[in-house]
Amino acid sequence: MALSGVEIFKLLPKTNCKKCGFPTCLAFAMKLAQRQASLDACPDVSEEAKKILGEASAPPVRAIILGAGDKAVKMGEETVLFRHEKRFVNPCAFAVNIKDSESDNEIEKKVAMVIASEIDRVGQKLRIDAISIECASNDAVRYEAVTRMVSSRAPDTPIILNCFNASAAEAAVKAIADKKPLLYGARLDNLDAMVNIAKAHKTPLGLYAEGPEALSSLAEKAKAMGVEDIVIDPGAKSAKGIIEGNTQIRRAAIKKNFKPLGYPIINIVMKDDPLIETAIASVAIAKYASIVVLSSIERWKNLALFTLRQNLYTDPQVPMQVEQKIYKIGEPGPDAPLMITTNFSLTYFIVSGEVENSKVPSRLAVMDCEGLSVLTAWAAGKFTASRIAQFIKESGVENEVKHRELIIPGQVAILSGTLEDKLEGWKIIVGPREANGLPTFLKTKAA
Amino acid sequence: MAYVIPKETYSGKVASMTIGEGAKSIAIGGENTMPFLSFEGAIPNRPVIAMEIQDITPDDWPDNLKKYYNGYYDDAAKWAKFCVEQLNAKAIALRLVGTHPDKQDRSAEDAAKTVKEVLSVVDVPLIILGSNHIEKDASVIVAAAEAATGKNCIIGKAQEGNYKTIVAAALAHKHKLIAMSELDINLAKQLNILITQMGFETDRLLTDPMCSALGYGLEYTYSVMERIRLAALTQNDTTMQPPIVGDVGMYVWKTKEVSASEEDMPQWGSLEERGIAWEVVTAMGMLLAGANLLIMRHPKAVEKAEKVIEELTKG
Ligand code: B12
Ligand code: SF4
Repeated sequence: MALSGVEIFKLLPKTNCKKCGFPTCLAFAMKLAQRQASLDACPDVSEEAKKILGEASAPPVRAIILGAGDKAVKMGEETVLFRHEKRFVNPCAFAVNIKDSESDNEIEKKVAMVIASEIDRVGQKLRIDAISIECASNDAVRYEAVTRMVSSRAPDTPIILNCFNASAAEAAVKAIADKKPLLYGARLDNLDAMVNIAKAHKTPLGLYAEGPEALSSLAEKAKAMGVEDIVIDPGAKSAKGIIEGNTQIRRAAIKKNFKPLGYPIINIVMKDDPLIETAIASVAIAKYASIVVLSSIERWKNLALFTLRQNLYTDPQVPMQVEQKIYKIGEPGPDAPLMITTNFSLTYFIVSGEVENSKVPSRLAVMDCEGLSVLTAWAAGKFTASRIAQFIKESGVENEVKHRELIIPGQVAILSGTLEDKLEGWKIIVGPREANGLPTFLKTKAA
Repeated sequence: MAYVIPKETYSGKVASMTIGEGAKSIAIGGENTMPFLSFEGAIPNRPVIAMEIQDITPDDWPDNLKKYYNGYYDDAAKWAKFCVEQLNAKAIALRLVGTHPDKQDRSAEDAAKTVKEVLSVVDVPLIILGSNHIEKDASVIVAAAEAATGKNCIIGKAQEGNYKTIVAAALAHKHKLIAMSELDINLAKQLNILITQMGFETDRLLTDPMCSALGYGLEYTYSVMERIRLAALTQNDTTMQPPIVGDVGMYVWKTKEVSASEEDMPQWGSLEERGIAWEVVTAMGMLLAGANLLIMRHPKAVEKAEKVIEELTKG
């Protein structure tokens, strides 16, 4: 439970020495309670107070890093149960599971798919984030060899060692310890051995138990044995198990500050039917998973799951935006049509997509409206005739195009008169209301 | 530290209602917990999926969807029958798009005739939707409601600009009613209040806070639905307790992702599954946010979503 300012004050040296930059210990305590100061600022605080305060001020869900290097993924640090309260912080990672019992050929193919999985969507690069290597052979030699192979083919991709056999796990961890794999891993029956491996090689440890209760006692044991970086699997196999187990875990962590479950959640979502797997992965994405392990990564499925994750993890207060500028679509010459829209990512994405569909090379002037859609921006006074006129003049587009025709969204047809007055020498053309009318509109215009 | 299951106790519950008549009528709503959390409350009824049919041959459905209903487009009744008998539809949503002035501008009488024909062949609950043209819907839905008297249908959608006439028709012909507003919890609440002030009971009203497809504003719908559900349960706000409708198919099947060819978009993978997945994932979003009734188009998407609903509600 978070401590109050007064409770924190009781733990401070109470000398009012001001070294922390605050006039009194109490003032500093108040700032700490609001999380606007860091305990490190007081040089005289006791070790014991540090321990108590450190635990109380730790985020309800511990931050864990999956992998090392450029493609490492940060997980955890969540603070709310519903996205409208505050942005979900660290998007869940997607991993594909590879069994070491598959042929080398199969394995290489899957690794190649992971590497080629990156898609650009609304300005973000999205990809399958990790590879889970499952020890299905139960053979340490084979497992280590496959781990080495995957690691060398996908040197930057984080790896999850999905292995409950301690000797196989040890061999594999040793082989790629510098990549900081997640050792997933530990159950009640192999806890000691797995904890020792994780500690020896400084890797995070994944815990598996059936249900939040068993999981919490396992996590307490692991922590008592000295492991800090923990990822937890409540053992759910069905959609029902995922939504109920994950909800209980996240609630316990956030609302009760129940530390034994204050860790990122891993869900193994593997089904024979890829569409069912997609649907169940959706449950895990929406309901608090930090790692979703899939059995296959078809491109259509990746696209749908990446998009869901992107949607749910956007900031509910600040819409996704694109940069204000004149975007070229195709290779527009000086006579190519010029259109204007707002910088809401969704608007830009839809409109530019339709312009592409038209195959008519064009320019799309995207104006900064704080990420609002056309009508919302208009209603909020950000997409007005004077601001559009100013933007067009300052953009330099007048040097790029020979004509003086600006196509505006049909939904703001009302602007055309005033805009023609403000933007001297320009003719304003009202485009279709919906972007899907653009291909026909542009083709007819070009003809 | 001992683990205690962190349960919430809610003071309110979602209104429950029955739609349709006879053996195949369906109950929806009635839960007193957030979606699918049966460890802490009762969820007496599972969410329902209605399959969408239209009164004219759709001119804006991509081929990878359209091919499933080839041979049925000329006759809404035949189409409905096919959905019920061959595809196991548990409910049918008849969208009278043909009445839109920009489509075929079919008359209210034509619409009523179509409704009667469909009702004569299907025994599952029927949802009757207009073309989303505020003025035209006012007359079309009134005529359709009359044609369906005694069938306990859901009619809609009543919006700010036309709710008075449509509510009156639902009252007169004893139907349930969908009220739709534009992605804002306060607007949804406001419209529900206006409608109940006309003497229309909450347990006959459904709320559609406006759907949006995966990748096209789904997060707005998702959060508005979650907030409506939370207000219904935690604040016992009766104006927020009508069951929620997710009009999934109509938003999904106009996105680029469900129709762009594999040649144009090789990085997006197989078009067939891509379309189905887009509708399934959008449907999952709505279900997880609290929707009680979904309107969907692709038979495979319906089948997969049904399967997952089954998994989410049993046990
Ligand atoms: C979500 C939403 C919001 C979100 C903002 C989301 C965002 N990032 O913009 C929030 C909740 C913050 C919001 C706030 C407000 N909103 Co608002 N909002 C909406 C809603 C529901 C959807 C908007 C949306 O995302 N559209 C999707 C995008 C992609 O559409 P688009 O940008 O218009 O682009 C389409 C077309 O315009 C066209 N297009 C775009 N560019 C171009 C360019 C060319 C050349 C062409 C040809 C076509 C074209 O293609 C696109 C796809 O077809 C609409 C209602 C509705 N259904 O439209 C109301 C709506 C736009 N909002 C409205 C209002 C009034 C407001 C507020 C002022 C008050 C309020 N009601 O909350 C505030 C203002 C915000 C502020 N900061 O002050 C009104 C505007 C009324 C009007 N006609 O003036 C609407 C219409 C709702 C209503 N009926 O009351 N809103
Ligand atoms: S530095 Fe420490 S002891 Fe000194 S005033 Fe600040 S809190 Fe008190």
